[in-house]
Amino acid sequence: MTGPVYSKAMGQDEIVDRPTVDAPFGRALADLGAERPEIVGLTADLGKYTDIHPFRDRFPHRFFNVGMAEQNLIAVAAGLAKTSHVPFATTYGVFATRRAYDFIAIACAHSAANVKIMAGLPGLTTGYGGTHQAIEDLALMRMIPGLTVIDPCDATEIAQATRAVADHDGPVYMRLLRGQVPRVLDPDKYRFEIGRAAILREGSDVALVSTGLMTERAVDAAAMLRREGISAGVLHVPTLKPFDAQAVAAFCGRAAAVVTAENHVTRGGLGSQVAEALFDAGVMRPMRRVGIGDAFVELGAVSTLFDRAGMGTAGIAASARQALGVTG
Amino acid sequence: MADPRNHPPAEPDVPALQARAKRLRGHMLAMARGPGQGYIGQGLGIADLMAALYFHEMRWDPGHLTDPHRDRFLLSTGHYSIALWAALAEAGVFPLEELISYGADDSRLQMSTLDTTPGVEIIGGSLGQGLGQAVGMALGLRLNGSQARIFCELSDGELQEGSTWEAAMSAPSFGLTNLVALIDCNGIQADGAIVLEIEPVADKWRAFGWETAEIDGNDMAAVTAALAGARDARGPFAIVLRTLPGKGVPTLEAREKAHFVRINPGEWDDLIAELEAMP
Repeated sequence: MTGPVYSKAMGQDEIVDRPTVDAPFGRALADLGAERPEIVGLTADLGKYTDIHPFRDRFPHRFFNVGMAEQNLIAVAAGLAKTSHVPFATTYGVFATRRAYDFIAIACAHSAANVKIMAGLPGLTTGYGGTHQAIEDLALMRMIPGLTVIDPCDATEIAQATRAVADHDGPVYMRLLRGQVPRVLDPDKYRFEIGRAAILREGSDVALVSTGLMTERAVDAAAMLRREGISAGVLHVPTLKPFDAQAVAAFCGRAAAVVTAENHVTRGGLGSQVAEALFDAGVMRPMRRVGIGDAFVELGAVSTLFDRAGMGTAGIAASARQALGVTG
Repeated sequence: MADPRNHPPAEPDVPALQARAKRLRGHMLAMARGPGQGYIGQGLGIADLMAALYFHEMRWDPGHLTDPHRDRFLLSTGHYSIALWAALAEAGVFPLEELISYGADDSRLQMSTLDTTPGVEIIGGSLGQGLGQAVGMALGLRLNGSQARIFCELSDGELQEGSTWEAAMSAPSFGLTNLVALIDCNGIQADGAIVLEIEPVADKWRAFGWETAEIDGNDMAAVTAALAGARDARGPFAIVLRTLPGKGVPTLEAREKAHFVRINPGEWDDLIAELEAMP
């Protein structure tokens, strides 16, 4: 018998040991803050827990903590944007989207206000249960006209995307990985661009289309499948909106089957968008969607939750075999 | 070069501002006559405040609406747009002849506000979103080293929105001295008379740390005095305005308190005559 498994504040569920970077968002934002005085930071009592503390410590006069008040967080950020500042507002994804939805829709998106919402604890990055796991945020956010939605996969992408988000003139919702964040993408080779999907590996049998931290698992699953003689490609789609439908259709069109992988419910997020894109393009392939089912997730260790949801590397590989009709 | 912006004189010209308010009321009747309906009760109720702000207290230039140092008026209750259109047209932001397009397809002057219309600072209408944005703007202006101020209108019904109080709690905490909340207490909301107890309104703002004045919002001398008092505030300033829906048109003042007034086509000439007959 093994002993009890305990949840961590945030596990990374690493399949392959990878180097990590500490607080890539906060470091990138602090660097940007030194270059651009119009950048300001806000949080709703989660500065330490959303990695914005490096910015706060360097620019305390440009940092505002509104307390536990997410509607006001977004409203104040919108007001700052309307006086020519570039606010980065952090909280957890659940609170930003569930509590402040109307403010994101009207005060930010409808107003084309240059507000950057940085959302911690996406999907199963906490074992703290349904109150803190943002499992449907991407679906909610991508329905809002004019909002850019990003789910970065690693430390490299978070650093690059933070800069791209600051350069972009318009409201953005971006998921954050915090603390010690793995490095999956080579910072010397990878270039994040809003709205662009990136081919990480070509493959003729199955197209793995992933976003967020699931890309790390998709890359590992592709390696696993390759050892079994299955040619698996990986298309990383960090921007959910605007969606790179053309790249998705082209990539999937070169494979016999499609598997999507997202750290999110399988309805309304990446999987749905891929299905829409393929249907619109007339690309019909057997398809499986890996992600969270239509249920709130219990409390538990992140690695346990991932395995139970079939969202680990093995789960993605199994879905690929199913999509291809490979048994055994 | 002379600064074209309005600099409020120490002593307001109350009779002139009262005449402005009467003109604004006339514009509103002309607007509502087209669709035969509208939020005319609310508009008439805050006509005195709008005249005092746009023609006395606020430093702004109708010819330079994007001046970064302009004072800003935020109409949180977008459905009061009829009053804003009247004030902006009276100030020359758009021609008076355009007012009759109120509520018509493709008009810039709709029954609620979009920030694409010149002179509109925020999209109002989803109640509870104005004051928080006002706090952000006040912070932003302070960071910019601007002397400009933020005047944010909100309604009594809007005090039932929790977000109003999130914003109210934050403004004193940030030490904002460039923010004035203007709470229009006209006693009505969508379902009729105020449906949930909100009193004592002024005490609530005081308890949240705002310097507070409570006045008859249809008394021009009181309105201008309260606005003058807010100039030297050491923190955010709240003015609770007790207003009468339909003010200035006795038939509408007396009509059952209605959130959305419908008027028969034959009534308009009489209503306009009533307004004209008022002092």
